[in-house]
Amino acid sequence: MTARTLLKNARLLDPATGLDQKGDLLVVDGKITAVGSRAGADSSGASVIECHGHCLAPGFVDMRVELREPGREHEETMQSGSAAAAAGGVTTMVALPNTEPAIDDVALVEFVARRSREIGGVHIRTYAAATRGLKGREITEIGLLSSAGAVAFTDANTAISDALVLRRAFSYARTFDALIVQHPEEPSLAAGGHMTEGETATRLGLPGITPAAEVMMVERDLRLVEITGARYHVAHVSTGATIDAIRAAKARGLPVTCDTAPPYFALNETAVGEYRTFAKLSPPLRSEGDRRAVVAGLRDGTIDAIASDHSPHPQDSKRLPFASAEAGIVGLETMLPLTLELVHNGHLTLLQALRALSQRPAEILRLPAGRLAEGTPADLVLFDLNRPGRIEIDGFRSKSKNSPFDGRPVQGRVLKTMVEGRIVFGGDS
Amino acid sequence: MTGTVDSRAFPHRHLLGIEGLSPEDITLLLDKSEGYVDQNRQADKKRSLLRGRTIMNVFFENSTRTRTSFEVAGKRLGGDVINMSVAGSSIKKGETLIDTAMTLNAMHPDVLVVRHHESGAVHLLAQKVNCAVVNAGDGSHEHPTQALLDALTIRRRKGGLQGLVVAICGDILHSRVARSNIHLLNTMGARVRVVAPRTLLPAQIERLGVEVFHDMGAGLKGVDIVMMLRLQTERMHGSFVPSIREYFHFFGLDARKLAAAKPDALIMHPGPMNRGVEIDSEVADDLDRSLIRHQVEMGVAVRMACLEVLTGELGNGPPAK
Repeated sequence: MTARTLLKNARLLDPATGLDQKGDLLVVDGKITAVGSRAGADSSGASVIECHGHCLAPGFVDMRVELREPGREHEETMQSGSAAAAAGGVTTMVALPNTEPAIDDVALVEFVARRSREIGGVHIRTYAAATRGLKGREITEIGLLSSAGAVAFTDANTAISDALVLRRAFSYARTFDALIVQHPEEPSLAAGGHMTEGETATRLGLPGITPAAEVMMVERDLRLVEITGARYHVAHVSTGATIDAIRAAKARGLPVTCDTAPPYFALNETAVGEYRTFAKLSPPLRSEGDRRAVVAGLRDGTIDAIASDHSPHPQDSKRLPFASAEAGIVGLETMLPLTLELVHNGHLTLLQALRALSQRPAEILRLPAGRLAEGTPADLVLFDLNRPGRIEIDGFRSKSKNSPFDGRPVQGRVLKTMVEGRIVFGGDS
Repeated sequence: MTGTVDSRAFPHRHLLGIEGLSPEDITLLLDKSEGYVDQNRQADKKRSLLRGRTIMNVFFENSTRTRTSFEVAGKRLGGDVINMSVAGSSIKKGETLIDTAMTLNAMHPDVLVVRHHESGAVHLLAQKVNCAVVNAGDGSHEHPTQALLDALTIRRRKGGLQGLVVAICGDILHSRVARSNIHLLNTMGARVRVVAPRTLLPAQIERLGVEVFHDMGAGLKGVDIVMMLRLQTERMHGSFVPSIREYFHFFGLDARKLAAAKPDALIMHPGPMNRGVEIDSEVADDLDRSLIRHQVEMGVAVRMACLEVLTGELGNGPPAK
């Protein structure tokens, strides 16, 4: 007995092939078997989902989320995170290893894989720590962890700052063709800072972090990439100088990629206003010039991917004086509408936006996702490109509601999310 | 004088900072303060304006001078003043600032006078209470009553603030006094300079409307007022100046450096002074030129005026600031 589903009358979008046309898509036993006009032809016996001309695209691949399991399940679990991801159109997400304990051991990588299977929601993959306990001193078992399913290696929100340790991590990772993901901030320069250095921080009397703390870490790392030839990914880039450095490195042929997160193109430092801790992030929100540079970096492809940078914190940890409040915001459920702002404003084409949300992160992490190709898993998102609405944090599936975007008017929403042909969001409509 | 009715209203519920106050707001506070200066010099200093009102001094950071000044101000207006020293109380046991605010609010104070070591903490607390809040200094952000008392001191000696050239010297980076004074002096039409080594200046300070100098000789040239700031070593993580000796040599105020200022230039300091660090005793104690003791006297009068306008308008003004 085979399960056949026909998604009818969709606007089919596949950034990998440039496909953007009206048509149908047939799913058989969790795999895409036909795309376009042929799909309707061999759909006998299939259940039909009428798409009313809405956008049908590869499900999003979110390469940067924090799920808090194990260790801080009151903030987020894999279950609640999976529900939030599904509501956001994300079909694969990759968890950072900054749990308690940190994911630096084969058993913990296997734990994530097992929990993901048990939950049966979206695909949950995990990074492993690049150094034991995220302490930045000894490298982890990169070979064994890769074999166990770790997608790549990172110390999460801590930069691997010791140059010799990073050089060894790069060299060793190259042996296994593993990817190292860096949080780009020179910690000794950023120490004690809570927002981007500049007029706003000066007015508020808050210690600032110079934006140069980001680019100098990346420039140093790029030298080590040159020496070692390792694959290097820079997470959440937020300054024009960093993007310029990566653009130049790519032109030289270095194996470097990067992502950014919606707050870095949707907000600037003025969102902090009068001590709005919900706009406290790491890296911090930047100047308007840097925000524009992020948009330009997405447009010219220097920035490969958009990740949600989902960081669940209970509201109590935000309702504190600014310097004491936690940094980070939830993002799984706002990633699509915030990215679509760039499309509606004419900065990106729809296919460019989708490429950054699905195709490129899947390629960087070498995951079997991000395409509408026949024979690939039916991880799909159906969304209304134009429907206006407001972001409402009360409706979030995430256990934590820490978002600065509450009430923001947006255009576009997820209608349905499918993972291997199963509807994980939007089943009723 | 205190007996006359002043129909001008203070349109703010709280006094959280100078930024956002209009010239009229500031003038109103200074005019009201003048009356209290006279009252405070009489034998009978007590009035009953605040009879039945409760003023709580809530200090999350140690202070003797400012807390005492507010206490005197509240008592001279006939209010009940309660001093809460929070250092060592429940806040140390993990209670959040908001919980503390809720607890205090339940006691129905009329005014909370709050000092906190973190910038923005007083704003946060003010959002959670029903009474007026006076910021008695939050982190490196603002200290509005200090700027008001400085303005009153200057106005009484110079007749006004418009057109004066004021140099604020020293640890601008960590100073809430500097930020409040920059806002106030700019609002009232004075010209503000800051003089400090680059390590003690915050980024883009010029965007607040000041001229920046790194040399005392150039920075003090032709100024009417020299405001010295204390080196706030308690807020410093690491070394901002190599030594006290070097700091005093280049940035400490002594007679030689003061010679660059106008001959009738006046010297101010918010206290407590570190003699031999940012100021030489010879100039600090110069009775003709040093206003340091006047500043303390004006502090009580200014705080009385602040308490008056905030309790008088309670419930009538708009909810902002």
